[in-house]
Amino acid sequence: MNLGLSAEQQELVGSFTNLFAKSASSERVRAVEPSGFDPALWQTLVDTGAVQMAVPEAAGGWGASLEDLALVAERFGRVAAPAPLVDAQVAARLVAATESGPAANALARVLDGDEVVTLAVRTLRDREARLAPAGAVCNAMVAFDGENLLLTRVTDVDRTAVANLASAPLADVRVRDDAAVIASGPAAAARFERAIDEWLTLTASAVVGLAQTAHDLACSYAAERIAFGAPIGSFQGVAHPLADDATNLDGARLLAQKAAWALDADDARGRELAAMAFAFAVRAGEVATYNALHFHGGYGFMLEYDVQLFYRRVRGWSRVWGSAADASARAADARYGARVR
Amino acid sequence: MDFAWDPETEALRHDVRAFLAEHFTHELEEELYVNGTSHDDAFVRALGERNWIAPEWPRDGFAPLGLAGVHVLTEELTRVDAPIIASATSTMVGRVISAVGSDFLRDEILPTIVRGEKTIVLGMSEPEAGSDVAAVQTRARPAEGGWVIDGQKMFTTNAHVGDYVFLLARTDPDSQRHRGLTTFLVPLDAEGVEVQAVFTVSGERTNITFYTEAFVEDRWRISDVGGGWQSLMLALQDEHSAPFSPHLANLVEHAEAWAAQPDAYGDVPLERHDVRSALIEAATDLEVAQLLELRTTWMESVGDVPVAEGPMSKLFSTEAARRHAEALTAAVGPDALRSRGDATAVAEGRIEHALRFSLGMTIYAGTSEVQRNIIAQRRCRLPRG
Repeated sequence: MNLGLSAEQQELVGSFTNLFAKSASSERVRAVEPSGFDPALWQTLVDTGAVQMAVPEAAGGWGASLEDLALVAERFGRVAAPAPLVDAQVAARLVAATESGPAANALARVLDGDEVVTLAVRTLRDREARLAPAGAVCNAMVAFDGENLLLTRVTDVDRTAVANLASAPLADVRVRDDAAVIASGPAAAARFERAIDEWLTLTASAVVGLAQTAHDLACSYAAERIAFGAPIGSFQGVAHPLADDATNLDGARLLAQKAAWALDADDARGRELAAMAFAFAVRAGEVATYNALHFHGGYGFMLEYDVQLFYRRVRGWSRVWGSAADASARAADARYGARVR
Repeated sequence: MDFAWDPETEALRHDVRAFLAEHFTHELEEELYVNGTSHDDAFVRALGERNWIAPEWPRDGFAPLGLAGVHVLTEELTRVDAPIIASATSTMVGRVISAVGSDFLRDEILPTIVRGEKTIVLGMSEPEAGSDVAAVQTRARPAEGGWVIDGQKMFTTNAHVGDYVFLLARTDPDSQRHRGLTTFLVPLDAEGVEVQAVFTVSGERTNITFYTEAFVEDRWRISDVGGGWQSLMLALQDEHSAPFSPHLANLVEHAEAWAAQPDAYGDVPLERHDVRSALIEAATDLEVAQLLELRTTWMESVGDVPVAEGPMSKLFSTEAARRHAEALTAAVGPDALRSRGDATAVAEGRIEHALRFSLGMTIYAGTSEVQRNIIAQRRCRLPRG
């Protein structure tokens, strides 16, 4: 048992903290709203190897563990970075796990940093991925139609970008008729579900990062803002919910890390823990960002204050897949076996 | 990171489970529940024979357990509600004696605790002093060769079966709050000490103890005169790091077992959406409760003091237990009303009992409100109210 980060992991966290501090300030985040995509930040991430690191070494990547990716995802969430890093990492891992010509070509373009490949996190309906994460900026998308894993090119004729709560680069994307089948049958389903496990875990970490920043902003504000002759943080009506949020966010971080560790080890509880981590992080994050915004009073309601950036993204980044309750249902299926319907 | 225990620690868990299977029989469990006293001499002595009462202390013939071993041992004993309250409070006080007590107290008391022969109960709370311990009014005034004690202590659990009470008293009558306090070890059979039963919602018996002109020799004083608060902090630090998640684990385990079995009409509760959702949320919070608890042990293992993380663990585990006991009794439905001990009860009435038991958890060892104050100050850096 060891809950500490290795020296390499501390270095990894430090370097991504610096990268995001330089390249994803809140001014930059605001400047690229509502598109939610900063090409300069994306280029920096690709140049640093942030996508390539997620791909196994055998497939030409750097072989980072999910545990490491979860650490990066939290730093990414801390600044509400306007780039689809988690989506691209998980899609690249999924593409790398399949063995087909089109997949190999797509992976080569990703590793060269030429293209953005994303994942349709919900099963397709009528060959359409609604609110696909990074759908508005991707060049290709991996999607599962219930039987086959498809790899489709995405251009502007295939998508309708959608203005949304989170200012995320979402789009309703149509899978092309010439999409390649890169896996089929039980293998396709297994790979897609594994990708969802990974996406849920990394998104949980990103949500923890988002909510932690909002919470930190609220704690600083509450320690300074005077009302009725005292700092509002000295009132238990403010202090106690913040204490609960601090606790829940610590728990959410630990659970996401445990899920990543379990998935790395192909532990039998990996799927259950990933879904639990997402459910818990989203619930904790929703409450923490609500409290953070609310305790700013009228200022929290103003666009000028940063706290709203995080409130909106906790919801938007997670709900493109589903709610906390949806994740709990997935965890229950993993823990108890699927329900007889 | 590594979230798994090493094989040695897992082997210890296996040993503890085997020990419990032998010594914590269903009959004993029922007997303890019926009489409301979580103490059994034979069980505690058997624990002592394995050196599992204060396993981290040096003792001839035994290798002390490390933090991981202590964590897992306590987790297993607590999860099944084994009668360890009296030995746990004894150990807590033993640590204080070991840190600040006299040679006489160390030699006289510590070996008997380790062997399970003597137990010490806690005498901190009073009618007007609960989580706010510094409000104590029980007085000890100097007399020839010792001290005369007058006052009352609440929730002196196990005082009717224990040997000594760890008593916090005001030795300086003019003092306020944390100053002028001293800690004593008062033999419970001393003249002027009276124990009166108090019954609680969980079925557990506790006591109020009265001290009327009770004389105690100076050699039973633990702290320096006026140094009681500092010595108490040593004990409370221990209390905050006591495990709470095993109670939630117990609830989840029994509720899941109930849900997996067909009911009287052949329906399996686990197939019901509300039951499934209540169970998975409890299981998720259990996972978090265990991780927060694990973190306090890990921090101690690397030399950090979990000043905010201990309270976080206590707050989360106990609030989760309370919330899920409520939710699961609702999910079980009317049958959850059938009491523990009733022949018709579902899951032996353990879900009903968990609901009652959980009410105490968010109060003892510092209420949730006190934990939140500590977290707000130490973690959130908010000013004191």
